[in-house]
Amino acid sequence: MRTQYAANTQARAFGRKRWSLLHVGSGVMEGAMRSDAKIRGESGTESSPRGPGCSLRHFACEQNLLSRPDGSASFLQGDTSVLAGVYGPAEVKVSKEIFNKATLEVILRPKIGLPGVAEKSRERLIRNTCEAVVLGTLHPRTSITVVLQVISDAGSLLACCLNAACMALVDAGVPMRSLFCGVTCALDSDGTLMLDPTAKQEKEARAVLTFALDSVERKLLMSTTKGLYSDAELQQCLAAAQAASQHVFRFYRESLQRRYSKS
Amino acid sequence: MSVLEQVALYLETASPGPGLCRRREKDAETWEYCSILNTRLFATRTVEPLEYYRRFLKENCRPDGRELGEFRTTTVNIGSISTADGSALVKLGNTTVICGIKAEFAAPPTDAPDKGYVVPNVDLPPLCSSRFRSGPPGEEAQVASQFIADVIENSQIIQKEDLCISPGKLAWVLYCDLICLDYDGNILDACTFALLAALKNVQLPEVTISEETALAEVNLKKKSFLNIRTHPVATSFAVFDDTLLIVDPTGEEEHLATGTLTVVMDEEGKLCCLHKPGGSGLTGAKLQDCMSRAVTRHKEVKKLMDEVVKSMKPK
Repeated sequence: MRTQYAANTQARAFGRKRWSLLHVGSGVMEGAMRSDAKIRGESGTESSPRGPGCSLRHFACEQNLLSRPDGSASFLQGDTSVLAGVYGPAEVKVSKEIFNKATLEVILRPKIGLPGVAEKSRERLIRNTCEAVVLGTLHPRTSITVVLQVISDAGSLLACCLNAACMALVDAGVPMRSLFCGVTCALDSDGTLMLDPTAKQEKEARAVLTFALDSVERKLLMSTTKGLYSDAELQQCLAAAQAASQHVFRFYRESLQRRYSKS
Repeated sequence: MSVLEQVALYLETASPGPGLCRRREKDAETWEYCSILNTRLFATRTVEPLEYYRRFLKENCRPDGRELGEFRTTTVNIGSISTADGSALVKLGNTTVICGIKAEFAAPPTDAPDKGYVVPNVDLPPLCSSRFRSGPPGEEAQVASQFIADVIENSQIIQKEDLCISPGKLAWVLYCDLICLDYDGNILDACTFALLAALKNVQLPEVTISEETALAEVNLKKKSFLNIRTHPVATSFAVFDDTLLIVDPTGEEEHLATGTLTVVMDEEGKLCCLHKPGGSGLTGAKLQDCMSRAVTRHKEVKKLMDEVVKSMKPK
């Protein structure tokens, strides 16, 4: 399984090969969106010049790469990479079944070591986000399992997990009322906002906020934060995240259009 | 017509309308109205719990007589466990959480030789609710433990450097055990408050390292309180039907809610944690309302804390 998605030049070199893969059923899409991912909100009356740290990193997504799960996706954001697999709707244990909805389960495996309490907490966040979006009532007494494996962690891990989970659910054909995406914001000591921070930026930041937003109305589905920040800063980060999510959703749409259109 | 339909019709026609739930005369009248609704709709409560709740929410009140933005009665009791270095018992309505803090010695971490440890652990035993089984901690307990660890880390409630006795050699480690004795919803608020109260109650003895033997000498007669820098207070909300926000949900309300949100705020209005584990979406405006409610709740809790600490002072 390919894990190396380098610069655009490589993509062009493999161009032919990738298109042929597209025919077989695995969709590959490069999100070379760095240049136009600059957030428009900043060009308003705020005068502080935001540097290139405000744009989202290069992201890429590959779907249907695993043969066993009903749906799978690999999502890359810069150097952070997460692989997701979805099994479902499938049979559920009687102790876990819900009479009128599907039971959603999320398993998150870290890159090294055994899953601990932090993973459990993240699993709960991802599961509740998926539950808000998946139309579970269409498949009562079944189970939908999302398995996430962290391939590499270079900052914004939870957001990458959310994106991978969404793409995998779409690949599996699970009915959803909207798509969702994860965006991370970091605030450093003088209040500058950075979107999609790297691991180094996260460590030096005063606060790191991760949001999950839905695609229909950009409402806040999930939020988890680290560090101290004020109410005004929260609103600012939320607005920036909502603007950034547009780019992610556009990427989803183009990726799926490419996959399902006849070339 | 079935019995339920007849009851519903009676209530629709006989309902006095919004005038009854006026805020000023709230206590007596809302309580009476709620108790009337309670007795008439006792069947609906078990058969259709969501419909039952919607009837109350339409009149901007809840089955236990509270308004949508009202907290349950909060009581706190400090210093009840004599064998612990600090303890507190918090009751939020029926939800009861007890926190006990024990201080022990440990070697400081190698990457931070001038820091001590604060290790929280939330335990949800089968005693508190029938949904928990005995055995290793379930998901709810682990999530709560992680939440409390995050609050301690983010709010800098104690400077970990204060816990260091001798850099690189000896430091205090505070084991904070939070045990839920009765689970009726809103466990995170109760745990945060119990932790804060217990930390204010902790008294650490003075420790000196003697030069000759290089051993620690503990002077139990001289004890000092911890330096609590901030006072984080958690406020939890439940989201109903994607639009309505209610404060301090009970166990039943949590079960019926479509989402939850917890805001942890300290006294300067800074947020330590915005914990929204999925659930229905919220707009920025709704978040603002939550923030303002969190600010008022902080004042209430701070007042309660000061009263308790004042009552403990004469020793």
